[in-house]
Amino acid sequence: MSESRISVKNLVKEYGPIKAVSDISFDVPAGSVFAFLGPNGAGKTTSIKMLTTLERPTSGRIVVNGFDPTRDPHKVRHSFGIVFQDPSLDDELTAYENLYFHAGLYGVPRAETPGRIAEMLDFVDLSDRKDHLVKTFSGGMKRRLEIARGLLHTPAILFLDEPTTGLDPQTRNHIWEYIKKLNKERGLTVFFTTHYMEEAERTADSVAIIDHGKIMKTGTPQSIMADTGTPTLEDAFIKLTGRSIREQEAGAIDHLRSMRNAWRGRRR
Amino acid sequence: MNQTSNTFYAMYILWLRQIKRYFRSKSRMIGSLGQPVVFLVALGFGFGPIFSKAGGGNYIQFLAPGIIAMSIMFTAVFSGIELIWDRQFGFLKETLVAPVSRVAIMFGRTLGGATTAFMQGVIVLIITFVIGFRPDIALVLPALVFMFGIALVFTAFGTAIASTMEDMQGFGLIVNLVNMPLFFLSGALFPLTTAPIWIQYIADVNPLSYGVDGLRGALALLSTYSLWTDFVVVYCIAALFVVVGGWLFSRIKA
Repeated sequence: MSESRISVKNLVKEYGPIKAVSDISFDVPAGSVFAFLGPNGAGKTTSIKMLTTLERPTSGRIVVNGFDPTRDPHKVRHSFGIVFQDPSLDDELTAYENLYFHAGLYGVPRAETPGRIAEMLDFVDLSDRKDHLVKTFSGGMKRRLEIARGLLHTPAILFLDEPTTGLDPQTRNHIWEYIKKLNKERGLTVFFTTHYMEEAERTADSVAIIDHGKIMKTGTPQSIMADTGTPTLEDAFIKLTGRSIREQEAGAIDHLRSMRNAWRGRRR
Repeated sequence: MNQTSNTFYAMYILWLRQIKRYFRSKSRMIGSLGQPVVFLVALGFGFGPIFSKAGGGNYIQFLAPGIIAMSIMFTAVFSGIELIWDRQFGFLKETLVAPVSRVAIMFGRTLGGATTAFMQGVIVLIITFVIGFRPDIALVLPALVFMFGIALVFTAFGTAIASTMEDMQGFGLIVNLVNMPLFFLSGALFPLTTAPIWIQYIADVNPLSYGVDGLRGALALLSTYSLWTDFVVVYCIAALFVVVGGWLFSRIKA
């Protein structure tokens, strides 16, 4: 058994009376690709926030790359790169500037920064667009740039929260190729969430299915399909989490997002 | 690199980001010059004759420092809105998962916002020359110190408010509710020394009063308080707001 890159034990997160995450445990071996699956509101994003130092657990233990996010947040932050569910680039800056600023925030040695940026831009095929403003990029290009940015400080783990949502099949395939290549060539540990079950089935070494804040099942995609007696991971997922549709509450953020889109549309 | 120089470099990076964005959005830069120019021309030439007939002297000399302070204040407070944008549209998260302390992030942002508001003030200062303002050139340096002080106070104020808000409409409403009375009761447009006593009390607790007074003292040699009082008050309030803003910012949930 290889060492764990991420280890979670009895993790709980409560918001008042609501248990967003109730007593989950799992391990992600170093160098593996791990898929964290669940319907909307199952507790995925809350779990990622705790793993990435953005939320403090109510109880339980997390070890990321050998460090505890509550005690050594900066060491944990150096250990991972992340691609958030929503874009987190600065649209008013160029691709190069986004990467350059990231390097500055992570304390990448300044002498190495230009070389590493060039390498990462080349890796995601954006070298020729490096001086273009990010607001001119397509959704897929933004995602690739975010992957490049997440890897700039050479982390041991890459978190991807629904990295392919809203992208066409071509771009999705492209992005998974990058990720698999990183995993194979650099031994990068990948932790991702997705709603596309076939992506998890094809890409992940191991899978955890979470619902109502609890882990329903962990294992390889094959073992989960065998255990549930289903032909695909999607069927297994439905069997484990039920057919009812989950509504997510729309908050101020969603409202603003739709406003921004309307406003952008008008500006064009 | 060690942790301290890292922190300063990260602050510099966040500062640089705001400067770049400022120079890139020419429309915002030019657009926000409209209001001070209108105020200068309309009030300056409109009220000028009455002001001097009433024995107030040259109104442009009186008004120009007030308008410079106004444009700095409005730009500075509204730079808080960038925090709300960043929060809603992701970039803030990128900074919050970076190995940099929250206080350093807030500090870098505030310095960036204050610098852009300061530059806006410098542009307005130059415009006032064109309109006929004749300041004491020897005292332009202390004037710049006051301009930066005003920028710092109100950027920290805007950041503090923005740290507690999620939506932009709310921010706009709150900020206007606070900005307008602060502006009108600061002595920027008319002297308050002859106003009713309760207005003078309000002016005495208004940080902008000291900024306007210091600026006017330096540029036009007209002041109510002493320049040192103005200086100490402005920078103490700036320090206070930065601390409060840093505390509120560190409580932001991603």
